Amino acid sequence: MKLTSRASGLLMGATIIAGMMSAGQSFAAEDTIKVGILHSLSGTMAISETTLKDAMLMLIEEQNKKGGLLGKKLEAVVVDPASDWPLFAEKARELISVNGVDAVFGCWTSVSRKSVLPVFEELNSLLFYPVQYEGEESQRNVFYTGAAPNQQAIPAVDYLMNEEGVERWVLAGTDYVYPQTTNKILKAYLVSKGVAEEDIMINYTPFGHSDWQTIVTDIKNFGSAGKKTAVVSTINGDANVPFYKELANQGIKAEDIPVVAFSVGEEELAGIDTGPLVGHLAAWNYFQSVESEANAAFIETWHAYTGNDKRVTNDPMEAHYIGFNMWVKAVEKAGTTDADAVIDAIVGVSVPNLSGGYSTMMPNHHITKPVLIGEIQDDGQFEVVWETPGLVVGDEWSDFLPDSKDLIADWRAPLSCGNFNVATGKCGGKGIN
Amino acid sequence: MILRALCLILLPLLLVAGTARAQDPSLAEIAAKFATAEKFDQTEALVRELGATGDPAVRPLLEALGEGRLQARKSDGAVYIVEGSGKNAKLLDPLTGEEVPDASASGLKKVKVNNGLRRVIRDTLSSLTLGAKNPQARLSAASNMLANPDPAMVEALDAAIAAEEDPAVKQRMQEARAAAVLQSDLPDAEKIAAVEVLGSVGDRNVLSLLAAVEAKSEGDLRRAAERASNNIRSVLAAWDAAQNIWFGISLGSVLLLAAIGLAITFGVMGVINMAHGEMVMLGAYTTFVVQGAVQSIAPNLQDWSLAFALPIAFVVAGAVGIAIERGIIRFLYGRPLETLLATWGVSLVLQQAVRTIFGPTNREVANPSWMSASFEIGQMAITWNRLWIVVFSLAVFALLLFIFNRTSWGLHMRAVTQNRRMAASMGIRTPWVDAFTFGLGSGVAGIAGVALSQIGNVSPNLGQGYIIDSFMVVVFGGVGNLWGTLLGAFSLGIANKFLEPYAGAVLGKIVVLVLIILFIQKRPRGLFALKGRAVEA
Repeated sequence: MKLTSRASGLLMGATIIAGMMSAGQSFAAEDTIKVGILHSLSGTMAISETTLKDAMLMLIEEQNKKGGLLGKKLEAVVVDPASDWPLFAEKARELISVNGVDAVFGCWTSVSRKSVLPVFEELNSLLFYPVQYEGEESQRNVFYTGAAPNQQAIPAVDYLMNEEGVERWVLAGTDYVYPQTTNKILKAYLVSKGVAEEDIMINYTPFGHSDWQTIVTDIKNFGSAGKKTAVVSTINGDANVPFYKELANQGIKAEDIPVVAFSVGEEELAGIDTGPLVGHLAAWNYFQSVESEANAAFIETWHAYTGNDKRVTNDPMEAHYIGFNMWVKAVEKAGTTDADAVIDAIVGVSVPNLSGGYSTMMPNHHITKPVLIGEIQDDGQFEVVWETPGLVVGDEWSDFLPDSKDLIADWRAPLSCGNFNVATGKCGGKGIN
Repeated sequence: MILRALCLILLPLLLVAGTARAQDPSLAEIAAKFATAEKFDQTEALVRELGATGDPAVRPLLEALGEGRLQARKSDGAVYIVEGSGKNAKLLDPLTGEEVPDASASGLKKVKVNNGLRRVIRDTLSSLTLGAKNPQARLSAASNMLANPDPAMVEALDAAIAAEEDPAVKQRMQEARAAAVLQSDLPDAEKIAAVEVLGSVGDRNVLSLLAAVEAKSEGDLRRAAERASNNIRSVLAAWDAAQNIWFGISLGSVLLLAAIGLAITFGVMGVINMAHGEMVMLGAYTTFVVQGAVQSIAPNLQDWSLAFALPIAFVVAGAVGIAIERGIIRFLYGRPLETLLATWGVSLVLQQAVRTIFGPTNREVANPSWMSASFEIGQMAITWNRLWIVVFSLAVFALLLFIFNRTSWGLHMRAVTQNRRMAASMGIRTPWVDAFTFGLGSGVAGIAGVALSQIGNVSPNLGQGYIIDSFMVVVFGGVGNLWGTLLGAFSLGIANKFLEPYAGAVLGKIVVLVLIILFIQKRPRGLFALKGRAVEA
């Protein structure tokens, strides 16, 4: 008995320590503007989100070096929602009502975003969401700095169709909301382009799927029907490494069946030997290999900040870079950090992006971006092989889905609506989510 | 097409005249143009131009271009093949392949290639290599032509077949010719002969070719194509079944590896160890560290780093296991719920510790060369890494079986788990047997991690993916029986793989889980139940 109580005491101690570790690093100080960072630092999504937390801390530090904002220093408040979707909502509430942050940068998966939406609406605060997503949403308090489907998926499919002459499509994804919605949009798009139903194969796998033998063989067989075949991959997270390893081992070369991925960036490739994967593609709005002065400076700052010149940069980091600078500019324009004032001020704000151009916040709370298609190189970087001639405006409600093609979002007065139906002239349409 | 047509004219000439040796100055001129090609289509035009010369001397250049090793300088039009990287990089002349001694590397930029360009290069190379000296090169050229048939190549292939001496290469060339004939406007009689030739190949590419012929032809040709494709279909169906069984065995071996350590700690000792997956993860991270160390100490032993990693992973994971047993679990024997919670806590601590030390991102563990790529048996592709993992898992199983049944330590383990008090009265130090049994189970999980690092992620979450499956295998196979674990792992693997093509990966998993639940209702003690007084009520 004595022994066991000691053991449970030990456990309790461990719990308390763990609790303290995740409680965040808010130091009460007067006269600072607080910025919340809501990214998982533990659990499945830590692999992707930890980098974004570091990137945000770096951006805030840089801004403070430039003199802060409105004459005040910025102060980062970091919390760890631990890849636990309901915990995202709790932590968001804590950031806004307990820590009093003026804006939050965070979330990765769509389900975590959906979980915090009501909190931001209720407490009227700001969320900057940096990841490419499925669209079908526009919310007054949220700014979507990642790509909407028309800024990533559609151009990628166009590229394969026009440049590689692909006629047969495998849409492979992880079984959750982003791949499902994206594939629905893509399928509608492909069919509208005259692709026959039997030339489209849709396949879903669970999170963290590790045995890809059957599916890769299926893809190989599907691809040997005499028509040029490509795989559009919305496979997310950890499952990518075994997927690419299996592709390489089964000898599927990019020249024969290229795979274009929407969730694989420099960070994800860090765990794979990319030698056999040369030529497979990814579509993003930014690659580390982009040649521009802004990007060179950003990479240099990033390496100096992390003290590691092997750390890669990626698209969601650029999205935070853009989103943070937009917020700073909008706060300066409004002269206050008050949420309503910033929401009014930020539409139309234009800041440099890292690929050498400017991104602008549109009235639908999405931004303009260039779309780049890159091929994987053997050093784990991408080489841009194609890009859109100009900037693409994020389209929140897909034009290819019957439910959402009549919807638009415009958060400027007097419309001020995220789902205005142009056919019925009423606010309050519903997409497929 | 133009290129092909040109090759068609040039190739027979080459084959008759032997390989042209002339170092045509115009080749160097074309090569120099790579320095100024800005767009992919410009580079592509140059590749076609080089191919049209039909001179085998352009092969190294084209190969280097395809592999991204061709670099050029815009300012003076210098073009080199780069070999090696960093300080050891050598600059070679693109046409002679000899090192250029005093070439400067500054300002050199890679000549960009994309997929479309790589395909053009591959096709160009294969038409150039039909007459190559190396039979392997000729074979791969013919294989490429079989996969991408082009009617313009029929005559070039005829010439090549006439000159060919190697029977295997000749066979492949004839098949490639048959494929090309089917795409051409030649008379039906010739096509029927081609169908006969292709009927014996029997892979999916050929099937789609034949299906296309079947769709647009009539009479005898149609009937011949129909017969041939039906034959191929039935052969393929048999191979598909074989392939599914192999995939099932392979998945089963992974399950076996993940579960066999648990079969000891949970099956034999009855400890619900939620940190079991983390022992697998520790093994995988040990592999990562060992591989890094081997890389820096003895780079030429890189292929054998797994052999070094195995014992180290066993010791590391085993030591952590013993520490957990001594530190926590021994206070909780007979209290399964608390053991479950405590070990779950341990698993979180271990995960976060690894995350803090190695960072949250995936770590790259390279496959040694003997575990990369695949080989084919008939129409079935078997990847080497999967094959080795099957072999390895069976070896681990045999070893454990030996330890349990043939050593005195194994005897002690069995005695303690069957009747603790009796064993203690016989003079066995039961606490130490507990500790070492737990250490053995954890150590085995560690070496499983070495193997699993070869097929999956090495990330802090690695263990979570395996823990549920491991418990499923052990419970299904029958607690306390290693043979049950073996049979459980393989039957779950094969069942999963047979369901996957019909139900999809997500539903397949659910169906298997439901089946197991039903099975456990019927036979609560699993496949192989322990019988007799030893079983605790």
